[in-house]
Amino acid sequence: MLKQVRNLTRSYGVPESWTLRVSREQGGYESARKAYAWPAQQIIDEVKKANLRGRGGAGFPAGVKWSFMRPHPTLPAYLVVNADEGEPGTFKDRTIMELDPHRLIEGCMIAARAIGAHAAYIYVRHELHLAKERLWGAIREARDAGLLGENPLGSGWAMDVQVHTGAGAYICGEETALLNSLEGRRGEPRIRPPFPAQAGLFGCPTTVNNVETIASTPTILELGGEAFSRLSDLHHLGDGGCRLFGLSGHVQRPGVYEACIGLTLRDLIYELGGGMLPGTKLLGVIPGGSSCPVLRPEETVDAPDQKSVLHPWHGMSVLDVPIGVDTMRELGTMAGTTCAIVLSDRACPALALQNIMRFYRHESCGQCTPCREGTGWMERIVDKIVAGTATIEELDMLYGIASNVMGNTICAFGEGASMPMLGFLRKFRKELEQHVRTGGKSSTGRLNA
Amino acid sequence: MSFALTPERQREAEEIFSRYPNKLAACIPLLHLCQEQHGWVSSEVIDFVADRCEVTTAHVQGVVTFYSLFNQQPVGRHQIWVCRTLSCALGGAGEILRHCEKRLGIRAGETTPDGRVTLRTAECLAACGQGPVMQVDKTYHEHLTIEQVDRILDGLLAGDEK
Repeated sequence: MLKQVRNLTRSYGVPESWTLRVSREQGGYESARKAYAWPAQQIIDEVKKANLRGRGGAGFPAGVKWSFMRPHPTLPAYLVVNADEGEPGTFKDRTIMELDPHRLIEGCMIAARAIGAHAAYIYVRHELHLAKERLWGAIREARDAGLLGENPLGSGWAMDVQVHTGAGAYICGEETALLNSLEGRRGEPRIRPPFPAQAGLFGCPTTVNNVETIASTPTILELGGEAFSRLSDLHHLGDGGCRLFGLSGHVQRPGVYEACIGLTLRDLIYELGGGMLPGTKLLGVIPGGSSCPVLRPEETVDAPDQKSVLHPWHGMSVLDVPIGVDTMRELGTMAGTTCAIVLSDRACPALALQNIMRFYRHESCGQCTPCREGTGWMERIVDKIVAGTATIEELDMLYGIASNVMGNTICAFGEGASMPMLGFLRKFRKELEQHVRTGGKSSTGRLNA
Repeated sequence: MSFALTPERQREAEEIFSRYPNKLAACIPLLHLCQEQHGWVSSEVIDFVADRCEVTTAHVQGVVTFYSLFNQQPVGRHQIWVCRTLSCALGGAGEILRHCEKRLGIRAGETTPDGRVTLRTAECLAACGQGPVMQVDKTYHEHLTIEQVDRILDGLLAGDEK
């Protein structure tokens, strides 16, 4: 159900929303004050009750992640904020950093207190110059106001935040690649274990969270964990609160919208997004960043089993299922970053697939052979499909290649590249086959509407 | 000829080192600082960064070649990145790129003969709702039309000669 709220986006649209003055007027740093008066365990418990699932794509419960942190006898703990937003289709974290950076700083204070850290690094991709500028401005203001430093809010809990930049590599959004990059190395993912909570940044216990995850914590402490979770229609599935939804592609009003979890793809595309561009029909939607397998509007939910997560929507269109971590997984796709890419019937699915595959070939770090070779191989075959020179056998080969990349790499990038491939092969088999058989003549020949 | 930072950037470098518990972690921010001054990462810059971060030049070379935003050869005074990833492509990024290539008389990846503009493609600039998007130096230009691109390019091609 569509329930729009203004929690994370409270300050959006207010003049100079990025300043401490406006942040304070909107209640900024009141939750940090609370957190600094509480024992760490109480903060973790509240975030667990809030059922805050990671907003970076994987959907891991944030409170549980925090509880993995154990005080080390000699080493400090670190909080690292993943602001390397770069999953195609995803553009929500940038709005937080540009429009309400103090919310992120406050979230860092809360999270650092919970996990026992005195320092946080925000890893921002280099291209986001405005976001970096606003974050540094907010950090300076917070330091001058005594919110960061040796004795924030008179708590005696020293805390500082630094901004660190990458240099153009999608893979650095993978948490262990990010840690290597932050340490001044090539951004190649690490083998786990050890997990970051055991040995992360500089070999110290570390928690890595997405920007929006951290920026949600002031709201959790403001409303209370239980109340935050109950904003969501999927509270019973342990998927709580409100979050940012993005929308791009062939819709009338693309953008970032805040709503309670329970929002469906239909709500997002037709209510918030104002529907499809005039004269176009919905062909497919990628629900949460380009790694997520595509859904088609003709698909219906098949969940006769009463115990199935999807049973309440049995027989309904997939567009009417609330976008949640578990609901989308059961549909065979992912909620990811909940930033949807909408394709209309003007767009050629083969060209869309080619665009996605080029991205993953370009961004594979090259460390693991199945991914390095597999992404290149898949791209070359898709190029042949687009050029009209591929064979049906090659279409089948793509299944084999994608399946052999899955699960055979150090990090989840291999899955990220294979899942959209398998999704397109399943959902657009007919179109791709026709494309091959007609030598590309069946294509609309374009991606733009 | 060895590389050195300007006094102002030298102070900035000291501040960068103060953010981390070791010198290696300053490697990427320091490379950015040097590139800002020098325009690209020359072998002298690599020597300088290796020396300051107390690592081998091989390490710094490895870092430089991993990340797409370190220029391994001289570039134009202005850099343009046209996002070509899916959301922007759905909004017409292909035409925007072709138009830039035509106007500048170069292909993506090249620099105009007068050394003014380097044109590149980018993979997802995280502005998908505002596509098509291009980044000119440090500024994002969103919801692009061919006319807007013309105005932006006119500005770049006319201005800045001193």
